[in-house]
Amino acid sequence: MLRLALFASLLALPAAADEIWVTNEQDDTISVIDIDTLEVVRTIEVGERPRGITFSHDFSVVYVCASDSDTVQVIDPVTGEVLHELPSGEDPEQFALHPDDRHLYIANEDDAIATVVDTQTRTVVAQIDVGIEPEGMAVSPDGTIAITTSETTNMAHWIDTTTHELFANTLVDSRPRDANFSPDGSQLWVSAEIGGTVTAFNVSDQTELAKIHFEIPGVLADKIQPVGFEFTDDGKTVFAALGPSNHIAVINAETFAVEDYILVGRRVWHMAFDADKSQLFTTNGVSGDVTVIDVASRTPIKTIKVGRYPWAAAFRPTE
Amino acid sequence: MRVWSAVMGATLWGIGAISAAGQTAVSIVYLRQEVERPPVLSNLDAIPEDEGIAGAEVGLDDNQTTGKFLGQTYELSIINVAPEGDFVAAAEQALSQSQFIVIDAPAAQVLQVADLPQATSAILLNIAAPEVSLRDADCRRNVLHTLPSDDMRADALMQFLQSRRWDELVMITGPHPADLSFAQALRTSARKFGLKLKAEKEWLFDANMRRAASAEVPLFTQEFPRHDVMLIADEVGDFARYIPYNTWEPDVIAGSEGARPVAWSPVMEQWGGVQLQNRFEEHAQRNMRPIDYAAFIAVRALGEAVTRTSSSDPETLRSYLLSDSFELAGFKGQPLSFRSWNGQLRQPIPVVHANAVIATPPLEGFLHPRSDLDTLGLDEPETHCNAFTE
Repeated sequence: MLRLALFASLLALPAAADEIWVTNEQDDTISVIDIDTLEVVRTIEVGERPRGITFSHDFSVVYVCASDSDTVQVIDPVTGEVLHELPSGEDPEQFALHPDDRHLYIANEDDAIATVVDTQTRTVVAQIDVGIEPEGMAVSPDGTIAITTSETTNMAHWIDTTTHELFANTLVDSRPRDANFSPDGSQLWVSAEIGGTVTAFNVSDQTELAKIHFEIPGVLADKIQPVGFEFTDDGKTVFAALGPSNHIAVINAETFAVEDYILVGRRVWHMAFDADKSQLFTTNGVSGDVTVIDVASRTPIKTIKVGRYPWAAAFRPTE
Repeated sequence: MRVWSAVMGATLWGIGAISAAGQTAVSIVYLRQEVERPPVLSNLDAIPEDEGIAGAEVGLDDNQTTGKFLGQTYELSIINVAPEGDFVAAAEQALSQSQFIVIDAPAAQVLQVADLPQATSAILLNIAAPEVSLRDADCRRNVLHTLPSDDMRADALMQFLQSRRWDELVMITGPHPADLSFAQALRTSARKFGLKLKAEKEWLFDANMRRAASAEVPLFTQEFPRHDVMLIADEVGDFARYIPYNTWEPDVIAGSEGARPVAWSPVMEQWGGVQLQNRFEEHAQRNMRPIDYAAFIAVRALGEAVTRTSSSDPETLRSYLLSDSFELAGFKGQPLSFRSWNGQLRQPIPVVHANAVIATPPLEGFLHPRSDLDTLGLDEPETHCNAFTE
């Protein structure tokens, strides 16, 4: 009887569910969360201080910034094995994969440069001088523009992806962190951790469209520190992590109004959606866990313990 | 008696001057009065010759990087005055070059510069004098302070002790003016946070001491009444290192030794601290010290104001620096700004030990209607500073 039950459960395993991959900055591991059971099913050892994580378009490999190993690791998501490493420049923190599925744009936090790596030839294509402590990275949906934010210079640097030259530098509020293009590519949004704001820019002329401020009753303004954020597919809503205020803001991307605040774990950094964007997984650095949010009701439904200082999250489908 | 630097008269040299024709050029002078420091029992932690200067240079690098995207240029020159040198003449020379002066000098000299007629509309940044008086009755309209005052550090420590309910204290105080000034701040702060300072002793051992300091300490501390924490006020770094583990009772040590409230320490890893420390280490081949941080943040504050106002006019920059719009990312987890009533930079003050951050005051529960950072140091209703109310 017992044996039969075990057998049945073993059989159930291969019908694998989609996954959320979480980098644990201080554990040098990735926690893999099963989206059906909402439990950690695998822990994968990676290089030192893993932060940025992204999958190739066909999900055949996953790229991980191993910041203190000064490399980007290319990992087989099925076996968890490190296939090879990419020359990333020093201290890679965040990166963005170009729509060509081939070029990685990497922010080198300690070096004031952005590095462009060809993932096929495994060579550095270009290194671009940017401001101090480059952090956020984004590539426009049409692939023509790359953005890096520099935390100490307080700018968004606009990079022409054909020439690898800067064509604009936009001042933003203090300590910019994350940058994302709206799905239609018409807007660039940048979060400012110390400034406590998220700013939307017009991509066509780099002018400021709107600046979004946050206010949570009972939470000190200084603790509201926007970091990672994500657009929904329709571009109508943005979910923004507010760091040590332990909340996610829900922003109406059409009116720039903040509609909701969702309580999550401590010092929330980044996030990833599941396949149909019905659930959002946030990485909570200080509490070492992931909060699962039901997107429709905008309520947290579960907390999942992961490794120490979870930083970024990425979605992996299994179908 | 030692002079802690190669003997230099009022020498002057430029560093990192950029000749590119920018729209805005900002020249900053670092004015240093060298001081003779008292002898200490151990020279394990010698004060680096470029203390402060290295911090200003890293701040300059940061400003220049930002400036190159905006057509703004920065340069830093250093004027160094030997202990017996003519400081006022050097200050006049500095003010003839620039209206932005980083002052690395004792409180009396800070006031000498501030009161020069040429300095009336200058921005002077005090990075080395922690005296409360400079933020109180002796404040000057043209002086901003990036170094935390003694009372800010004392308040940070007392918030921490209060939060641990370690409320019975004793204190050992050294004889030097800096020790006495910090001790006074600790006394005032203990009272402010409702902690009980039960007894004090002065460290008066002189050259006639017949045994190693460590052998004197058990007896020296035997007569203290029951307490939770032993405070040490030894800001010159003379005897404090010999107190831990040598006390009569097993003791928690805090103040100038043990749990120390500091403006900066290399153990600060959070909030980008590692990145700042890395940049500093690459530049100076050593750890960043509190005075380096104060100099770094002074140069950065000027740079930030220039960036945001696109101006190099001292009056424009001064009003921006003191306004609500000014906020500086200082690698301490929240925006830093200046108190508009006495020019002090408000900032978190971590309490650290040699290997880690213990706590980062202001701590939760210490509330203030304006900013919780104002629970550290002189608050607006308490200050006797009138120079900032036009």
